[in-house]
Amino acid sequence: VPILLDQILIQTINGIVTGMILALVASGLTLIFGIMDVVNFAHGELFMLGAYVGVTTMVATGNFWIALLVATVVIALLGAVIQITTLRPLLGRDPLTTILATFGLSLVLQNYALWQFGPVARKIQEPFTGHFSLFYLDYPWYRLVIAGLSAAIIGALWLFLKFGTYGIWIRATTQDRVMASAMGIPVPWVHTAVFAIGAGMAAASGVLFGPLVGVNHAMGLDWVLKAFIVVVVGGMGNLGGSIAAAIFVSLLEAYASLWVSPAQAVIVSFVVLILTLLFRPTGLFVPTPK
Amino acid sequence: VISRRAPLAFWTGFGVVLALLILAPLVLPEFWRRFVTEILIWGLLAMSSDILIGYTGMISFGHSAFFGLGMYGAAAALLSTRPPSLWLAFVYGLAAAAAVAAFVAYFSTRLRDIYFSITTLIFSQIFYVIIFTWTEVTGGENGLSFRRPALAIPGLFSVPFDSNTLHWFVLAVVTASYLVLRRITHSPFGMVLQSIRENEPRTRAVGYAVERYKIVAVMLSGVFAGLAGVLYALQNRFAAPDYVFFVVSGEVVIFNVMGGIGTLVGPIVGAASFLLLREGFSRFFTEFYLIPVGVIFTAMVIFMPQGLLGFLRRRLNE
Repeated sequence: VPILLDQILIQTINGIVTGMILALVASGLTLIFGIMDVVNFAHGELFMLGAYVGVTTMVATGNFWIALLVATVVIALLGAVIQITTLRPLLGRDPLTTILATFGLSLVLQNYALWQFGPVARKIQEPFTGHFSLFYLDYPWYRLVIAGLSAAIIGALWLFLKFGTYGIWIRATTQDRVMASAMGIPVPWVHTAVFAIGAGMAAASGVLFGPLVGVNHAMGLDWVLKAFIVVVVGGMGNLGGSIAAAIFVSLLEAYASLWVSPAQAVIVSFVVLILTLLFRPTGLFVPTPK
Repeated sequence: VISRRAPLAFWTGFGVVLALLILAPLVLPEFWRRFVTEILIWGLLAMSSDILIGYTGMISFGHSAFFGLGMYGAAAALLSTRPPSLWLAFVYGLAAAAAVAAFVAYFSTRLRDIYFSITTLIFSQIFYVIIFTWTEVTGGENGLSFRRPALAIPGLFSVPFDSNTLHWFVLAVVTASYLVLRRITHSPFGMVLQSIRENEPRTRAVGYAVERYKIVAVMLSGVFAGLAGVLYALQNRFAAPDYVFFVVSGEVVIFNVMGGIGTLVGPIVGAASFLLLREGFSRFFTEFYLIPVGVIFTAMVIFMPQGLLGFLRRRLNE
């Protein structure tokens, strides 16, 4: 089957849309890693629970935007509680213990969701159903709005880190935990806040992504795996690199699914990961280390 | 320098436990007989992973790939030869696991700490996707099922397995593996691994080719995980993609942390306690037993990082 230019263009747009959502998930993950040296294995579960809180709020209020806000706030609070109860006692221990603790949490959260919401996938109604015509397709506006919103949230995070007082606290803590503490920055609370922000971002992406596919208890693993790939390919703890890698990997997967089934297209991102490890283990989108 | 004579207490304990395990199938009812055999197989898998987690300081989240390839390798041997040969199942299973382990080791050991964990996880998912989607060869979602071969030495004897002989056979393989792994951890090679765990830059500075040691460690661990896979395939007479899935790798890590890393026998105890907890909690929580188990696991990571046998760690490694 010859591949036509219009198909490639459609897949480009699809790739950018999923890439932006993935970037939102991965930037929370990389933020948490960069500041706390914590690999949050439960990140996908926060994404999934965010989507479920979104579903529940949608049913109660009928408004998508309220659902988005409520899910973000609720999961951010949950994130703060998780950080205080399980990660704070591990501060100063081997970072590998945090991957174990968050793995335990992910088991609890995933099975809690299965218990509470059952195995049947739920659907979030999209906030508006308008389409525009793109070659032979009716392309939903909502998809473009997701990409825009994700970009806006990431942009807001960047501005906050760059110019906000608390953002400067966060960057100071990243650079030198001890010195930041000596300057009077409450480092433990900075950690809590960062975990809460990352959790909230995961929840927001869960709600935004909800209308595209069903919401189920097992959706977290797929996303956390993709986010891990993106974070390694982009250079661990590097926000810009993660975003570039998210779009890059999603575009490749979108093009690959022109030829193979989406389940097999995943292998493309695995191949990107292997090649990155082989030739640039520090990450594709970071300057070559001297 | 380690002493050549292992302490009497250790070998006495070893003998007592081994004797109990030999006698177990004669006194236990069928369900628990099978349960103990299963503990031994999962224990072997966990023990193989302990070489990395406990002795080299690398947490593998990808052991399901080696275990699963062991299962599929055994399946390939048992389905392609007639009559099915037990020993060929081992050859194929171990070869498959070793090939995958070589591949994974080559790439994943380029990274350290958390990055190693993530890459092993992603590699195991690659094999899961391949096995799951390549239906013509692997049977896809349904997996492969086959008949259990007889316990035979060509030209000497041949007896079909029953649940007792299977238990003793598994026990013999697991015990032999334990002794081999224990010998390896005591060898100069094992000492280098432990030195990598304690201080990698210094080990490198002393002049050891750290990467090469790590690759061998991952391969060694992968081969023993494949051995566990072959045993599991023999016990259950099938190979299924579920066992290549990440959940199995996660359980292996749980076994290790629960039982106590760096002890070799700890992971077996961890496997036993996990399976018992699952059995117990399933009564109240049905399929949601992972909620209480996850809570216990997380609490153990925080409050009891040495695991159940951690207090014996020094004794067990003497």
